[in-house]
Amino acid sequence: QKVFRVIPQNEEQVEIISALASSMQVDFWQPDSVTLVKPKMQVDFRVEADKSFEVENLLAQNKMEYRVLIDDLQTAVDAQFDSKVRASSHSYKKYNNWDTIVAWTADIAAQNPDLVSRSVIGETYEGRQIYLLKVGKSGTNKAAIFMDCGFHAREWISPAFCQWFVKEAVETYGEDSVMTNLLNKLDFYVLPVLNIDGYVYTWTSNRLWRKTRSKNAGSSCIGTDPNRNFDAGWCTIGASSRPCDSTYCGSAPESEKETKALADFIREHLSTIKAYLTIHSYSQLLLFPYSYTYTYPSNYEELNSIAYAASKELSSLYNTKYTYGPGAETIYPAAGGSDDWAYDEGIKYSFTFELRDTGTYGFLLPESQIQPTCEETILAVKYIANYVLEQSY
Amino acid sequence: DIDNVGRKYHLKLVLEDILEKDNIVNCTAEILYHLGNKNAAPDVDFTIEGELKNTDEQDNIFYNRIKSLKKELVAQNIPDSHGNVPPEMEPIRLLARVAAGYVAWQNSTENTRYELAQIKDVRQVKRSDDYLEFDYMVLLHEFVSQEIIPWQMRVLWHPQHGVKVTQNSRQPKPAEY
Repeated sequence: QKVFRVIPQNEEQVEIISALASSMQVDFWQPDSVTLVKPKMQVDFRVEADKSFEVENLLAQNKMEYRVLIDDLQTAVDAQFDSKVRASSHSYKKYNNWDTIVAWTADIAAQNPDLVSRSVIGETYEGRQIYLLKVGKSGTNKAAIFMDCGFHAREWISPAFCQWFVKEAVETYGEDSVMTNLLNKLDFYVLPVLNIDGYVYTWTSNRLWRKTRSKNAGSSCIGTDPNRNFDAGWCTIGASSRPCDSTYCGSAPESEKETKALADFIREHLSTIKAYLTIHSYSQLLLFPYSYTYTYPSNYEELNSIAYAASKELSSLYNTKYTYGPGAETIYPAAGGSDDWAYDEGIKYSFTFELRDTGTYGFLLPESQIQPTCEETILAVKYIANYVLEQSY
Repeated sequence: DIDNVGRKYHLKLVLEDILEKDNIVNCTAEILYHLGNKNAAPDVDFTIEGELKNTDEQDNIFYNRIKSLKKELVAQNIPDSHGNVPPEMEPIRLLARVAAGYVAWQNSTENTRYELAQIKDVRQVKRSDDYLEFDYMVLLHEFVSQEIIPWQMRVLWHPQHGVKVTQNSRQPKPAEY
């Protein structure tokens, strides 16, 4: 829902507002009712989202100046509410718990309505909303890049990166020519945490948990490995069929509500999504299909040179060495991965990042490394985005 | 591949000093994974080009600090959830890394990769001689299976005599893992 501010200049314009109020549901914030509207008075009113177009048309036709005070009332309200619920405040240089991240998604969208909007793509096993941020200047027929973080609960640097990316986007839009161009021409779908239940569990109970938190029939063991749960050579190699194992592939492809929500969204937006990026840790790798087979994808040469160049971009900042290549031979064969699935759906640029480090701290990467890790990684992501952009035009 | 023996790997690697990133040393190694007996650790032979850095000064500072403690050292969760390590615990962590390296070697096959994930608990063991002894409960991360494996290690250390893992045992996976 939108909130408008209009200053009627004369009786004629007051009449137009009156007519509007009788033709549709208008909630006056100031003054209290339409009967109190007078010329030269600030008039604020709320209308449903689907009526806002009509309102803007009417005002424009009658040459009435107006301002959109609140572009998305729900998000603004959420931002207020979530701020009070926040356990501690958000920091891009620290690991944030889930409640803090939720509040941040509302805040960042409310503060940057022309660049960021928030939506829900589904619910987790434990009933939590899975939030998605759409980042980009609004436009028609835009190509998109999908990026997710937080597949594996213990890989805390991953959600930290997604948050950092959005921050960079809103902060450097209009100043950094590369980012400005990217956001003008492309949309970025950023999913800050997919496996929310798992992430919460790492904060409350077991820091090194990996999987989702769903119950498994006939077993006391919990959880499925979300990155073995996609329909890509599902459970054929590098995955376990035992619920107690860390790489359990699930009872069926997309058995997990989280992976199904992601897959559904991507399927629905297949025509616009040109690249898929999924962020993990650790090992400092940039991987592309396939992991479910040693066979090379059809555009292997192209993916390999993109990975080479993106890795080089990344290392240019702090000399962090990345290894790149197809998943199966670079890390290990593993079926059911989201990158392979997205690729086979037709998204020809599909990459998995394994961020810092290579084992010194592993999953417990110190907060002091969040900033440098994010800064170097974003260079690689921007490189890939630019490449994809150039291919689309 | 070596018939009836196993598989040998020839490696050229670079050793990088964790504490001084610019200090690098070239190394060549031969690793032999034995056929058949999967319980035998792989054979490792290596040559280092040049010398490893002398750490006597830091070793002695750490040694003397622990020796002068009034009570035996006890600590948990190194690093903590956010990756923090109190500065005085850093040598304890490095010692664990070395000891875990030994445990990893002893349990390695061509299909494993072990990394030290976290020290859950460390207790100093009182000794009447010059050695420092620590009992560690650590979590190892095995890459291929992605499992977190609790492991107990008894570690002896002396500035002049180096590190020795006198005893170690794999622990059962607790319920929440």
